[in-house]
Amino acid sequence: MKFQNPRQVYGETLLELGRENEKIVVLEADLGKSTMTVLFEQQFPERFFEMGIGEANMTSFAAGLSLTGKIAFTNSFAVFAAGRSFDQIRQGICIPALNVKIVGSSAGLSDFGDGATHQSVEDMAIMCAIPNMTVLVPADGTETRKMTRKIAEYNGPVYMRINRHDLPDIFPEDQDFIIGKPYLIRDGHDIVIFANGIMVSKALEAAQELEKENISVRVVNVSSLKPIDEDEIKKFAKGMKGIVTAEEHSIIGGLASVIAFILRGNAIPHIPVGINDRFGQSAHNYDELLTEYNLTNKDIVNAVRQVLG
Amino acid sequence: MKMTVTELKKIAATLRLNIVKMVGVGQKGHLGGSCSLSEIVSVLYFYKMKHDPKNPKWDDRDRFILSKGHAALIQYAALAETGYFPKAEIENVKKLGAMLQGHPDMTTTPGIEGNTGSLGQGLSMACGMAAGLKVDKKSSKVYCIIGDGEIAEGQIWEAAMTASYYKLDNLVVFLDMNRLMATGPIIERYDTNPLNDKWKAFGWQVYDIDGHNIQEIIDTLEKAESVKDKPKIIIARTIKGKGISFAENNAAFHNGELTKEQFESACAELNKVN
Repeated sequence: MKFQNPRQVYGETLLELGRENEKIVVLEADLGKSTMTVLFEQQFPERFFEMGIGEANMTSFAAGLSLTGKIAFTNSFAVFAAGRSFDQIRQGICIPALNVKIVGSSAGLSDFGDGATHQSVEDMAIMCAIPNMTVLVPADGTETRKMTRKIAEYNGPVYMRINRHDLPDIFPEDQDFIIGKPYLIRDGHDIVIFANGIMVSKALEAAQELEKENISVRVVNVSSLKPIDEDEIKKFAKGMKGIVTAEEHSIIGGLASVIAFILRGNAIPHIPVGINDRFGQSAHNYDELLTEYNLTNKDIVNAVRQVLG
Repeated sequence: MKMTVTELKKIAATLRLNIVKMVGVGQKGHLGGSCSLSEIVSVLYFYKMKHDPKNPKWDDRDRFILSKGHAALIQYAALAETGYFPKAEIENVKKLGAMLQGHPDMTTTPGIEGNTGSLGQGLSMACGMAAGLKVDKKSSKVYCIIGDGEIAEGQIWEAAMTASYYKLDNLVVFLDMNRLMATGPIIERYDTNPLNDKWKAFGWQVYDIDGHNIQEIIDTLEKAESVKDKPKIIIARTIKGKGISFAENNAAFHNGELTKEQFESACAELNKVN
């Protein structure tokens, strides 16, 4: 299986976009070597703005750039992008629906060593709550590239969170990314797993494992958390014996909440796999942290067994 | 044909009269901090800025961002008087569904360049606009107004660093030094002084003027144009509620109500100027 690093892919895609469209401008809050905007900076210094460690100012400054017709990408870690700049995003960007892309890097627990302050468990909940905002999370490098290109075309505010680590490729190269569309990645008829981000590949591993027990699992990649095609979600859930949601995010306000809300009144049992209303913490490696927070393929397997009763 | 100082004085009184009409009777309205800006806004909209009310999105226009967005009434008055929308719209201010919202909204009001109201953010936006215009090698300028209460917001100082780091000499900021925050005198409640030294330390060209002296506003804007490679700030000493005797230097009219008698007395006083 091919692995790619989403932030590397993101940085390379920004560079491609910069070559193709001179309206693309990139803003950075002193994390360019992590977010990989350094690639854009080297090539297009006149369209790259180092804003220092000042996310609030960076975000409103990006609003100003967009008001002169630029397509602005702001960059920071997800926890700061969504947290420190919330009011700037809400007031100056989302109320007038400006064309600014907020990119939250090292999202979820993926900055494993830095602990709770640097790990975003609630960024998507915060961003989903803002009217006019689009909230996206790619499952792999290929989807990161397609998504980055798509949001550059789309006129309006977007929040996209990106994982720090190499992820296995699961998004088909010949598949377009469309904002709002949930993607069927693997079909099955007993259980549906709605997953996004790193949890999509873990859901696929879980599905393979469950196949050995004759449990047929459908896996849907919900990379577009908002907007979301509700009819498609209902269609994917129809006739299933159970639903599992899997996300590297708090179970409050993210994928679990969105799916439960869409399928409200539907009698299908639902077990959420996600971060159970806790902050992150430091660990020596990512897998150790994913295990501690019950975010492994085994946890998904258990959730499926549990939802089947 | 440029307006004369005498004409601009009359414009300032007309804008104040519009502000009073928008505040109306028995409704809250940001009277004080709007009136303190009447001369500055008159000079910008009727003398200085390149803009076209019939073509609000004209590519080569100068930009104006009211970072202290609660003073929206002064901008609405100027936009109405210059013809961005019918003057009758001012009667609908803050009504449900109205074009003129409580704080500036570019999605509803022609001539508004950005959404402000959450204090401290407009200056960063103005910096972004100035930087964007520079990328495009445009000669347009960006004018921005901040308040002396507003500069308690930390983001103002983030923007202050950015503007000098990026040498945004196409940015001119007015600091409305009316010395009153919503709850009382700034020097007693949360002193943001000294202003000149702070802005100098952040790398800005600083001017200190009487914000109600039209000739001085015009001359200072002229002087500021010759200064290259740094942003400019004009510390404008003003009187909150200026032009309406009972409201001058009175924090109660930051966002207060007018009685029928006060409304009539304010209108009479302002009509006298014209």
